[in-house]
Amino acid sequence: MNNNSDVLIIGGGVIGCATAYYLAKQGVNVTVLEKKQIGEGGSSRNGGGVRQSGRDPRELPLAMAGIKNLWPTLSEELGMDVEYYKKGNLRLAKTAGHIKILEGLTERAVAKGLDVKMIDAQEVKAICPYLSDEVIGASWCDTDGHANPMLTTLAYYKNARRLGVRFITGENVVEIKKIRGKARQVITEQNIYEAEQIILAAGYESRAIANTVGIDIPMNRVLLEALATEPQGKMFEQMLGTAEADFYGHQSTHGSFVFGGSSGFDAYTSNFDTPINNSQTAACICRGIIGYFPILADAKIVRTWAGWIDECADHVPVISFVEEVPGLILACAFTGHGFGISPMVGTLLAEMIVDGKPSLDLYELRYDRFKTKL
Amino acid sequence: MNKIIDRSIDLGPYWPQEDDDLIICRCEEVTKGEIRKAVHEGMVTLTEIRRYLRTGMGLCQGQTCAKLVKNIVARELKIAPNELESAVSRAPARPVEMRVLANEVITGGENHE
Ligand SMILES: Cc1cc2nc3c(=O)[nH]c(=O)nc-3n(C[C@H](O)[C@H](O)[C@H](O)COP(=O)(O)OP(=O)(O)OC[C@H]3O[C@@H](n4cnc5c(N)ncnc54)[C@H](O)[C@@H]3O)c2cc1C
Repeated sequence: MNNNSDVLIIGGGVIGCATAYYLAKQGVNVTVLEKKQIGEGGSSRNGGGVRQSGRDPRELPLAMAGIKNLWPTLSEELGMDVEYYKKGNLRLAKTAGHIKILEGLTERAVAKGLDVKMIDAQEVKAICPYLSDEVIGASWCDTDGHANPMLTTLAYYKNARRLGVRFITGENVVEIKKIRGKARQVITEQNIYEAEQIILAAGYESRAIANTVGIDIPMNRVLLEALATEPQGKMFEQMLGTAEADFYGHQSTHGSFVFGGSSGFDAYTSNFDTPINNSQTAACICRGIIGYFPILADAKIVRTWAGWIDECADHVPVISFVEEVPGLILACAFTGHGFGISPMVGTLLAEMIVDGKPSLDLYELRYDRFKTKL
Repeated sequence: MNKIIDRSIDLGPYWPQEDDDLIICRCEEVTKGEIRKAVHEGMVTLTEIRRYLRTGMGLCQGQTCAKLVKNIVARELKIAPNELESAVSRAPARPVEMRVLANEVITGGENHE
């Protein structure tokens, strides 16, 4: 079997699949290596938020460009409904302290050119009448939204595959090998693959793989949980969050509510072999939801699940060429908010391969930006 | 699942079958034809099929259809059903009202309403 291609992508999550798709569309010959199955990581476990509000200024331009240019036509582009809603994001407040947190976030986003504003209780009710009367205000970004992450990931996969991308699952990558100073080979437990360019998009596990060529990205593995209710009548289309991150979520096309959250103990209770639920967490998330959504108290939970995020020391991703290792591009450390920017990240990575540079300035997301605190 | 699978394998064209409109997943109303077609579109694990079509994602969480789906996918891939790993079962085993879940005793022994 011929194991050579122009580009090798490590990781079959939404980032790897989107990048493969945009590369294949331009005629590049791509192979994707995935350890387990398509969308095994965060990409099939997330809350579906496609947000600009609440983003760090360093990654905000990516979020804004994607929401403006890519998300609105993605279902048509991929010939499959990815259940994208551009109906706004409410970040809710119940106390003066909450309002203060949201005002800070809003100010920083406005300074970067995002259209987001503070609204009062009455305006919140007008947008979403189902919320508790305890809500006293919110930040409101009407161009935010949500989509279905499982379908988005699989839609990119399906179309990339249709365009000739070779996907090989069950391949556990253990090492990148340089040949004459350039990243050239990818070694799995059982095989060796070769390419001119290698894109590392394996979430948290990118750290150990990058270590094999002497690069270290400071990230941790953190567990988050989510749950889904049985389908409810259509109530609203916004994405919701709270100032205190009690929970976040939305109602899906299917009618079920998908909510995410954490217990606060997650860093100490995580199982690091399999992402499994802790018995306390779903209960805690439900208390958070009922606090803002008393009307859902009788909705039944049909399913809970857990997923890991690749939390970076400074909470924004690394999307970068690596100077010491020509031929290698890093795309990891998305820190729990990589889904919303995935179409844009895929586009930019494809540009880095085809044009030699991305059309947006990614300087602040470089791999060597990390400095000690003093 | 950790078997190496090259997703470029050619299964040949998708030919409709007479009983393709048979409903296999009753909760989410997914037909045999949709499952067969999904395999041809590249979904070759039971988890991928579930995420793509919602088979087993409804109220019964797959207790009715899981085995049927497995057999259909296996036949389409021309492998034995036991070569396919079952999709993960998710808690709670049966639907539970949010108010009931939320009422669990929180750390510290205080009863939370
Ligand atoms: C509960 C939860 C809620 C979230 N909510 C949101 C949200 O609302 N909005 C948002 O924007 N983001 C959200 N996220 C984050 C989002 O899911 C991720 O940032 C995004 O999916 C990252 O995609 P990825 O392709 O980089 O990683 P992943 O989807 O994790 O993909 C990495 C892939 O690499 C594979 N891999 C790992 N090691 C190897 C190896 N050695 N060899 C080969 N393959 C390997 C893995 O199996 C995996 O399939 C959430 C995450 C979680 C867990």
